[in-house]
Amino acid sequence: MNEKSYIGGILHAVSSLLTGMKTTITIYFRKKTTEQYPENRAELKMADRFRGSLVMPHNENNEHKCIACGLCQNACPNDTLEVVTEMIETADGKKKKILTTYKYDLGSCMFCQLCVNACPHDAITFDQTFEHAVFDRQKLNRVLNHEGSKVIQTK
Amino acid sequence: MFDFSILTNRVHELLISSMSEGLAIFVECILVGVFILIMYALLALILIYMERKVCAFFQLRLGPTRVGKWGLLQLFADLIKLFTKEIISLKSSDKFLYGVAPFIVIVASIVTFSCIPISKGLEILDFNVGVFFLLAASSTGVVGILLAGWGSNSKFPLIGAMRSGAQIISYELSVGLSILTMVVLMGTMQFSEIVELQSTGWFIFKGHLPALVAFVIYLIAGNAETNRGPFDLPEAESELTAGYHTEYSGMHFAFFYLAEYLNLFIVAAIASTIFLGGWMPLHIPGLDGFNAIMDYIPGFVWFFTKTFVVVFLLMWIRWTFPRLRIDQILSLEWKYLVPIGLVNLIIMVLIVVFGLHF
Repeated sequence: MNEKSYIGGILHAVSSLLTGMKTTITIYFRKKTTEQYPENRAELKMADRFRGSLVMPHNENNEHKCIACGLCQNACPNDTLEVVTEMIETADGKKKKILTTYKYDLGSCMFCQLCVNACPHDAITFDQTFEHAVFDRQKLNRVLNHEGSKVIQTK
Repeated sequence: MFDFSILTNRVHELLISSMSEGLAIFVECILVGVFILIMYALLALILIYMERKVCAFFQLRLGPTRVGKWGLLQLFADLIKLFTKEIISLKSSDKFLYGVAPFIVIVASIVTFSCIPISKGLEILDFNVGVFFLLAASSTGVVGILLAGWGSNSKFPLIGAMRSGAQIISYELSVGLSILTMVVLMGTMQFSEIVELQSTGWFIFKGHLPALVAFVIYLIAGNAETNRGPFDLPEAESELTAGYHTEYSGMHFAFFYLAEYLNLFIVAAIASTIFLGGWMPLHIPGLDGFNAIMDYIPGFVWFFTKTFVVVFLLMWIRWTFPRLRIDQILSLEWKYLVPIGLVNLIIMVLIVVFGLHF
């Protein structure tokens, strides 16, 4: 029937309203998206691309991939990172720059991921933790490389 | 089926045995009044909780969950908050009208509420023009809304009240017509008789298609009467902050809020009384065993079940459809609901005259 006629308009209106009601009632019985956060801490699943805080993954031999090139430090818009290096002489007499401390200030990080993108060796990445609240700002200054860690020697 | 009039008669005899009849009736009036107010407050709490949960579920949320088990104590927390809030009086408002408006709204709502038969023998106001009285009492609420808008001396409440007035007065017509259609079928306006007549089948089944059309028209118009979505433009948040109760605070605001929810309940209760049999159990003619089993379920359970099903339907409608514009509301009423209601009335008259109903 013609939708512009009086009766046709009524029938069209009723059918479209019923379509709307059908849609909402399916949503009514759908699983709810609300996260009951503090209670569901154990099974809480963050989104895959969520950026919690910057970390430097270490393998089982306490080795990381950072070659201390400083590209992340240059990429950072907020001066969040500081790569402290020292020059050493290797066994075959070559001079080499190695990482001593990798300083990260969580308080000034804006989670833009430019440092991760700049890293040529995928040495740093973001993890999923987000409960960062502390009472002292100094506690936000973190050192990402572990005690006594070395860079992975690639052949 | 348990008859509550046995209980009420016993209370009456008990009172008469210890005091004069006039005093006994006075005490009974107070008892009934207290009963109505308690029911009113309890139902308001249940409805507000239900609204919050249903609304949340339609929006993929969980609603209140923190205060008490499943957020059940949330409403009591809200109530305490409302009690402790200051009632602000505005500098250049009409103090008397501003103060009296919420009471008119809530009194109209309570008087309408007391017309509804809850169970067999539990009718508070029950006389031969009950339907008339109910329509008259429910429409006095709009006076309170208009006074609230006028007395606030502020533009948002005034616009909201004017919209509300236009809307309620228009939709009163459709409510009247759809109930008139059913009165033609029922042949009585007394609520206890209306329910009694449905012992052989609810009127929505007895009246064929016209009853169904009248039911739909009644639900649409009743929804508009209560100023709820999609007809909530008297209190459209985005345009008028809160409409006619923008300037109210504390318990004065709570009265409007309670009246709004109880009007929702009243609309649903009248729909269930007139169309779905009120407290009358589901009876199918011919199936005596089935009817007998249905009679074991008490009347007030039937009444509240039916009413809350209709309330859910109204909430479903509210959280599905977007708000209408004022011109759309008025054209829906005057171009569609009133003509359809009139035609429906004629069809119902023909059906009754030729005895085509069950």
